Formats: sequence, C-alpha cells, structure tokens
Amino acid sequence: MKGWIGKLLRVDLTKGEWKVEELDRNLAIKFIGGRGLGSKVLFDEIDPKVDPFSPNNKLIMATGPLTGTSASAAGRYMAITKSPLTGTVASSNSGGHFGAEMKFAGFDMIILEGKAKEPVYLYVEDGKVEFKDAKGIWGKTTHEATDQILSETDMDAQVACIGPAGEKLVRFGCIINDKHRAAGRSGVGAVMGSKNLKAVVVKGSGSVTVADKEAFRKATLDGFQKVKANPVTSQGLPTYGTAVLVNIINASGIFPTRNFQQSVFEGAEKISGETLVDQILVRNRACFACPIGCGRVVKVTNPKHECFSEGPEYESDWSMGACCGVDNLDAISKANYLCDILGFDPISAGVTVACGMELFERGIITMKEVGRSLNFGDADVMVEMVRAIGYREGFGDILAEGSYRLVEKFGHPEYSMSVKKQEFPGYDGRGAQGMWLQYATSNRGACHVRGYMTSPEILGSPVKLDPFETKDKASWVKTFQDLTAVVDSSGICLFNTFAFGGPEILEYLKAAAGIEMTLEELMKTGERIWNLERLFNLKAGLTGKDDKLPERLVKKSVSEGPAKGRVVELDKMLPEYYQLRGWDKEGIPTKERLKELGL
Amino acid sequence: MKIANKKITVYPEKCTACRLCELGCSFKKTGEFNPTASRVRVFIFGEDAFYTPIICTQCDEAWCLKACPSGAISWDYGVRVVKVNPERCVGCLMCTLACPFGTITYFAPEGKAIKCDECDGQPECVLFCPTGALAYEEESTPTRIKRMGTAKKLESSSRGVQP
Repeated sequence: MKGWIGKLLRVDLTKGEWKVEELDRNLAIKFIGGRGLGSKVLFDEIDPKVDPFSPNNKLIMATGPLTGTSASAAGRYMAITKSPLTGTVASSNSGGHFGAEMKFAGFDMIILEGKAKEPVYLYVEDGKVEFKDAKGIWGKTTHEATDQILSETDMDAQVACIGPAGEKLVRFGCIINDKHRAAGRSGVGAVMGSKNLKAVVVKGSGSVTVADKEAFRKATLDGFQKVKANPVTSQGLPTYGTAVLVNIINASGIFPTRNFQQSVFEGAEKISGETLVDQILVRNRACFACPIGCGRVVKVTNPKHECFSEGPEYESDWSMGACCGVDNLDAISKANYLCDILGFDPISAGVTVACGMELFERGIITMKEVGRSLNFGDADVMVEMVRAIGYREGFGDILAEGSYRLVEKFGHPEYSMSVKKQEFPGYDGRGAQGMWLQYATSNRGACHVRGYMTSPEILGSPVKLDPFETKDKASWVKTFQDLTAVVDSSGICLFNTFAFGGPEILEYLKAAAGIEMTLEELMKTGERIWNLERLFNLKAGLTGKDDKLPERLVKKSVSEGPAKGRVVELDKMLPEYYQLRGWDKEGIPTKERLKELGL
Repeated sequence: MKIANKKITVYPEKCTACRLCELGCSFKKTGEFNPTASRVRVFIFGEDAFYTPIICTQCDEAWCLKACPSGAISWDYGVRVVKVNPERCVGCLMCTLACPFGTITYFAPEGKAIKCDECDGQPECVLFCPTGALAYEEESTPTRIKRMGTAKKLESSSRGVQP
C-alpha cells in the first residue's frame, strides 16, 4: 500500500498474544488514519459506556498515511482511547520520532486490548512482537525507563512509555515518547497504566512508500517554502518556541490568571518565550521531519529548581505559571520537567493546582486538607503539588483526579475551569469568542488544538477576525475543527496550518496515498471524523447539555485589560453551530447529515 | 590533492535533529522513505543537547576504496566523490571495516555497500535541510568561518590599542 503500510498490529495483553491484520484501504480512505481511523476502530470495537480503566477499554496508537514521509513535520501519531478524565473519546497527538519508527517497524496502527497480569512492555521490530517483563522498570520515571529499555533492546529503537503517574492512574496521565514528547491530554497514559503496560517500543528498517514520487517531492518542497514564508513558522516558533505567545496573548487581555479570576498577568514578561531564550535556552530541537523546530532544550542552574529538560512550551508555561499566579520561570521549567519524567499533562495539572489555590484562598479547603498553605504565586508549593500529583502523594492524590472531581469533592463546582471535566488551555475566550465556542464543542473537553481559533482571532492568520465578534464564528469554528481532524488523521503537525491549509494537505495525501479526492471531499472527511467522535460521546452518555462553559465565564465579565466587560456569548453562537453541523437543537446529529457523511 | 570545489559541509550547531536529510536522501536514492537506506545519518545525544548529521567526507585517499577487493569503489574525478558501483559490489563489507568514520554502510535489502555520492553535485539532503546544518559550498568555508571566529576573539584584546 502507498502512504499507509497496510498492516495493523492487534495485541491481546490478557492472553499475551498478537496478530497482524490487513488495513482495509476503503476504510482508510474514509477516515484517513491517525485520529480518524483510530476513532473508527474504537467506535466499532468498544462499548462507549465502558469504564475507561476496564480491560474492555482499548488503547490505540495510530499513525497517518503521511507519517514517516518528508511532508512537513510528518512524524505524528495519536493515542486514542476512552478517556478516564472526560468519559469522552480521547485522542492525543504526539511528535518526536516514535510515530515514524512505528511505520518503519511495519505498522500503521497498534491496537492494545485487555490487561496484562503483570507489568510488561512490548518490543516491536520489523513486524514481530515480543512481550517483555517490565517489573524492573515499573515505578521508574519515563527517562529511567526509556534508558533501561534502550539498553535492553536496541539503541536505535523509539520508546513510548508511562511514568509513575500513568501507573497510579492519575486521570490526566500521559504517554511520553522521546523522553520529552507527549500524547498529553485526557489521560491516555492512565489507560496504558490500567493495562499494566509500561511501554511500547518500536524499531524498524522498513520503508514508507508513496504513490507518485515526483508529485510528492514537489509537494514536500512546496510545503517547506510555505513554512519558510510564514512569519509564525519561520520566525516566531523557531526563535522563541510556542511561548512566543505569552506576551501576545497577555497583551490581548486573554491570558487567564489565577484560575481565570483575571485575564492579564502582571508577571507575563518574566515567563515569556523571549525571557526563556534569554535565560535558560540551550538550543532548539525539532520533531521528526519538522522544518519548524519549536522544541526548547533548557537548562536551569538555580539549585532549587535545577533541571536539564525540554520545554516549557506555551501551555505548560501558562498553566503552571500565570494560572497559578507564578512568575518564576525556573520553577515552571522544573514543574514541566516533573510532568515529563512522571508522565502527566501539565495543562490539567497546572489548572487543577490553580483550582486548589482558589479553594484554599476562599477558605473552602485549609491546611488540614492540604498539609500546608496553598496560595497563588507560591512557586515552591506549585512545584511541590505537581510532584505530589505524579506520585499521588498527600493532597496530590486528590489533585490527581483533576479539577472537576476536586471541586465536586468540596461542593463548589463553580471553581473548576473545565469543559466535559477537562481543564482549559491558556486562552480566555471571553476576549476571543470563537475559541470559546470551540472549547464548548470540542469532542475531548476543553482543548485549543481541536480548532485553533486564536490563529484568526488574535494572530490574524489566515485573516484577522474581530475576537469580540460572535457573527460567523460558528462557521469558522466548524471549518477549523474539520480541517484539524484531517491534519490529526494524516500524520502531520497542526503547526503547519499557520503556513498552509486544506489544498496543500490534499496534495500531500493524493501524492502519498494515491487517493482521488476534491478539497470539498477532504473537508467532508474531517466532518465525518468530527461526527463520529460526537456519536461516540453521545453513546457514552453525554448530551448537548455538556457543551457548556463554567458559569463564572458566562456570567462574570472580564475585570481588566483589552477584554474588560466581556462575557462569553455562547448562546449567540451555539444554535448556529448546531445548525451548520446539521445537528438538532439538542446537539444530536440528524439522520440526514449522518447519511450524507456516510456514517 | 583536492582542488577548490563544492562539498557537502556540516554545521552541527545548526542541527535540530529533524532527520529531513535522511528522508531526502533515502527518497532520492531508493524512491522510498527509509532512514536505514540513507547515506547521511543524524545522531542525537539528548543528554548532551548535541545532534549532528554524519556523512562521508570523500577522503582523498579513501580507506574504503583501498579495501575493496572487487574494484567496486572508485574516485569520480568529475564530481570529486568516491563512488560505489553496485554492479561490481559483492557485499563483502570490507569497505565498512576499513572506513574509520562509519560513513559507508552495508544495506541489507540490496546486499550492497552504500555511501554518499553528493547526488552528482545536487545533494538532496542539503536541499531538504531546513536550518543550514548541511550546506553545499566550498570545502574550506567551515574552516574559514571558524578561523574568522578565532580572529574575532582578538578584537577585545586589541581594543583601545591604536597603531
């Protein structure tokens, strides 16, 4: 097969057996790969009502037809499962070199079923699988485990593993590959932990082939040109990393501060991408096949927060910084490093710690529960709590459940800054209405990378939209969501979309996989994937009522800065959005639309 | 002796470990994306924050050429590279033993030795490298840049001293 390898690996962890299956090309064309095809397999093979930690849940690692090729930043894979944080479909994207190596090892997708009796890891090399004893590395950090696995197997192998957080079922535990790249959100690592699976290791000497070599080479070089011509991908991201956004977002008055109580952070400059470059950057590091290279290798020498790490990127910088009222970049970097080695999502972690801080300052929780004071701006306690989450120690054991379950426990649901129980990323949508609609409707709970409306609303790409305006935002959000579903399914990085969009991705896909498709059909494919995820969530028991935002952000206006006086105007956008999606008033896809999409 | 000529040169400090060079090379040479078929390989030392492509430097007195018993390796004086003739290569691996740099390798699927031939003057790896870690230029350029850096260091010591 061209583009795709054409093989799926199915692993039964309960029985310790594995088998290779053929990829159905027609199905692959319909759902592309990665997020789309993985969600299709999940939808067909599990009961959406299943307990996420039950052996009946499945964990799917899926690449796209472009993964492993020279398409711009084409090293991505997705981890797809039912989320223990949200109860929705979880699909988390990761870069590094793991996804490409999985294809060189002979597989488009690895489907992990059941639960191993004792800790194991899988070693996959050129179409063959070995179950390996992981008792010796259970409890180890992701870095220790990776080093040990590489010494036991092959130094050129790629390791995707969990840390103590995944093992201890931290609800937002992640899967870490290349030591610092993460399938980060929604607790995909906790599901891996629930299966007693420490790591999946891949090594291959196989090839990824394409249908039209000349056309693919041309598409590759065109892609590089566009990345080079775009200021975000050629200057902003390589020079300052994603944290280039800190000053921009803060200046736009949508930089959520102290658990979204304010929207401008007085300490933003101190944690900005510019300051990071100035103080702790060692060098840039790129993922597989990426001409952008937003990764930051940093070294903190301050003995208190000493670490040699990658990141923080914008989200972790914000969540464990501004959202906790912390302006200490050394401490944030250390906390980010802890997230990497212990293996959990810094967004959910930071926002949950911030939520705890608000509960503490309001007197809802006290020293008795926490064991110490938990105030905004206290960098040391932030780092301590992040570590405690990873090991589920003390109050960290409660924080490890996420902000929604934290506030539920103490009877104050209004302080969880989440949608569908997943914490917000770092953009206050009251000053960027489209982003808000996207948060409310995202299929995996609050998320910025299901339709990055910051791009048009703040950065002006592809065109500048008025961030306060609600008109036409429903249509923009739908288009962005559908396109993002295509990107996540094809195997390239979403950051490419600053530089190019649907037509270029279509060129890649046509040349790689030999599929004939119009741009309209490609966008329909994205819409099909979006609706499939929606159907999974509805079958899991969610309803249109879950497409909602925390009351504080709907009722309380922004107190200062450029977005002062704004509230979320979701009621103006949501009905229009449902209508455009072909969903009824309850947010349920109509039969006609599903039929039209071939679902 | 080499005459002034363009060569593939390496600037390790510019490498971001993206491995696009490996993809460009393997695609051009085999029509497939396969890093193990690439004549250039990137090495990633994460703990040292050091990454660099390693590629054949086209030795004047090539060890691989001298070791080859089947006459498959020769100097191409036109483009000034050392080439393997796959028709004559018997896959004995002597060249890989002789090369002190590990830049000529045995490619099992073809049963042949493979090495960089600078794509006859149009190196694909250089075209694919997004950061300039690989360049195609006069071979003396990197050393001239380094020497210029050395010279620049004298500036501070000479500052304030007027002739």
